[in-house]
Amino acid sequence: MATAYHDELDPLLGRKNLVEGGVSYHDITEAVATPIEVPNSRWWIAFLISLSMLGVLGIALGYLFWMGTGIWGLNNPIAWGWAIVNFVFWVGIGHAGTLISAVLFLFRQKWRTSINRASEAMTIFAVICALLFPTVHAGRPWVLYWSLPLPNQMSMWPNFRSPLLWDVFAVSTYFTVSLLFWYVGLIPDLATMRDRAKTPMRRFAYGLFALGWRGSTRHWLHYEKAYLIFAGLATPLVLSVHTVVSFDFAVSQLPGWHTTIFPPYFVAGAIFSGFAMVLTLLVPLRAWFKLGHLITIKHLENMAKIILLTGTMVGYAYAMEFFIAWYSGNPYESYAFTNRLFGDYWWAYWTMVSCNVITPQFIWFKAIRRSPLALFVLSIFVNIGMWFERFVITVTSLHHDFLPSSWDYYSPTVWDVATLLGSFGLFFTLFCIFVRFLPMLAIAEVKSVLPQADPHYHAPHHAPTSGKEHH
Amino acid sequence: MPAIFPRWTNKIPLAIGVLAPLALAGAVGGIWYYFSPKFTDAGYRPRQPVPFSHKLHAGDMGMDCRYCHNTVERAAHAAIPPAQTCMNCHSLVKTESPKLKLVRDSYTTDEPIPWVRVHQLPDYAFFDHRPHLAAGVGCSSCHGRIDQMTIVEMDQPLSMGWCLDCHRDPEPSLRPRDQITNMLWDPAVDGKNYDAAKDPSRTRQVNPPEHCSGCHR
Repeated sequence: MATAYHDELDPLLGRKNLVEGGVSYHDITEAVATPIEVPNSRWWIAFLISLSMLGVLGIALGYLFWMGTGIWGLNNPIAWGWAIVNFVFWVGIGHAGTLISAVLFLFRQKWRTSINRASEAMTIFAVICALLFPTVHAGRPWVLYWSLPLPNQMSMWPNFRSPLLWDVFAVSTYFTVSLLFWYVGLIPDLATMRDRAKTPMRRFAYGLFALGWRGSTRHWLHYEKAYLIFAGLATPLVLSVHTVVSFDFAVSQLPGWHTTIFPPYFVAGAIFSGFAMVLTLLVPLRAWFKLGHLITIKHLENMAKIILLTGTMVGYAYAMEFFIAWYSGNPYESYAFTNRLFGDYWWAYWTMVSCNVITPQFIWFKAIRRSPLALFVLSIFVNIGMWFERFVITVTSLHHDFLPSSWDYYSPTVWDVATLLGSFGLFFTLFCIFVRFLPMLAIAEVKSVLPQADPHYHAPHHAPTSGKEHH
Repeated sequence: MPAIFPRWTNKIPLAIGVLAPLALAGAVGGIWYYFSPKFTDAGYRPRQPVPFSHKLHAGDMGMDCRYCHNTVERAAHAAIPPAQTCMNCHSLVKTESPKLKLVRDSYTTDEPIPWVRVHQLPDYAFFDHRPHLAAGVGCSSCHGRIDQMTIVEMDQPLSMGWCLDCHRDPEPSLRPRDQITNMLWDPAVDGKNYDAAKDPSRTRQVNPPEHCSGCHR
């Protein structure tokens, strides 16, 4: 990028072009669909590494089911260890997808079109990872159906006053809606893949899921209505899911957890971590698959701005927690927060603050927020910071509870580490499979933001159909 | 381009729409009926090593339950009698019966008779006969009409929901405490004239636990 800060402008609207390089409709189909159709050695390396990490998860869970949760570092005051930390971490990551796909859609933010597909996929896979942890944390996954209101011979019924039960419904609703939303958006592109398929197997598989899409006007009419309805349904979920997750903590009466700021603070943190994960995934992907003209620097810059905004909100929430702890005059609350700063887990707290509050401030600099490499590094720091945030919240409040005689120090075992590592294996394996078989950009939607898609567009008389020759 | 799917595949969504609710209803109904302890456990009637007839002993001869299951009022477990108890009578009657060979062997060798357990609760369920008898719950309330069983079988499902049905509403299962072993006491007939709250022989009212740790300790 020699002309560093100058994006291409749309000749008609004067706004920044969302697709660069003057490409044609067909160029977009080729750019997105070809990597799926041509085997790629780089993909195999990524897939095999992810798959071996998934194997670690299999071993960790197998041993867990055999032995029980005693293999983890849990002890008497800290019954919620890494399993809950990882759960909240993954659910948080799962927030960017729906924000991009639903909220930005309703606000007519057209720059979402080239990042929504991969972000939604990320959301679904992150929520799968998240759902894994409460499942195994319960210790007896084979009786997980107890958390559902099913009539049974035990006359047992879920406790509807428990936020943990709200969580079951909030997260599973979120997963279902996200999956359906993602799938509806995929249908036109699946039809494209079906029509391009060379082998009967691919033709059958894509054809099955394309549901007979032919791209008729009637199809598009129904499709766009359905998509709008799903966006409307999914929008409140962006706020509700992490609100309910925060209730897991906020509804209990523990200093450091029992605060009203938790729901907005958690939602901001979730969007913060979700966008960081989107950057972590898309920065390498756009380089490897040569999609820089579709996922432009402008897109990265927009995401960086959201990270800056939400990161600053999170920083504000951290400050407010301390202010209220002091202002309330409650000695237990004050102690809980002093203990966070200077207690046994001071290192976790300061890691969190450094990564979540200081790191995003670099985004104020235009050179940094327009550099994919810098954003990639920043996003890794945010991911680390947001994991530590959940660790700090969960562990520091628990390890010094109301009875000093039961205070204890929590440290994870190798099985805690293996399960977290393995959950990344699950996430990246699913993401690799997604990248291998499905268009990682919404082909049809990206075409709709081309200058040619504007009804008022007039092709320059001598312009070639494919504009690549310009560069 | 030739069609990938033949025309009949257009009917698949309709078929799913019709069959999926049926399959779901079938699964729910099947689990509700076949997975219930009413189906899986109630009626369990194993063949015992000695063809002991409760109908003959408790029914026709009218022996009291506690002659053999003598710990039932004092211990959590209602004892299965040792061969010595049998020999109280069978050293005098039916002394040569081949059906009783195992009992005589057990008596002489001190090897217990390998009875097959009929009523078995899981280890995580804490059950004690004492408070149930003290509250005036009759033997037949849980074990059925033992006096009519040639071979003993499980009369009730002994599921958690079944326990809770009574713990939540114990009144209909209570009887005068001197009628506990009376197999002929019928809650539907005799129970009509009995009000536990007005029974002067009761020094305190029944208050069965409904919380988890009442039974899962």
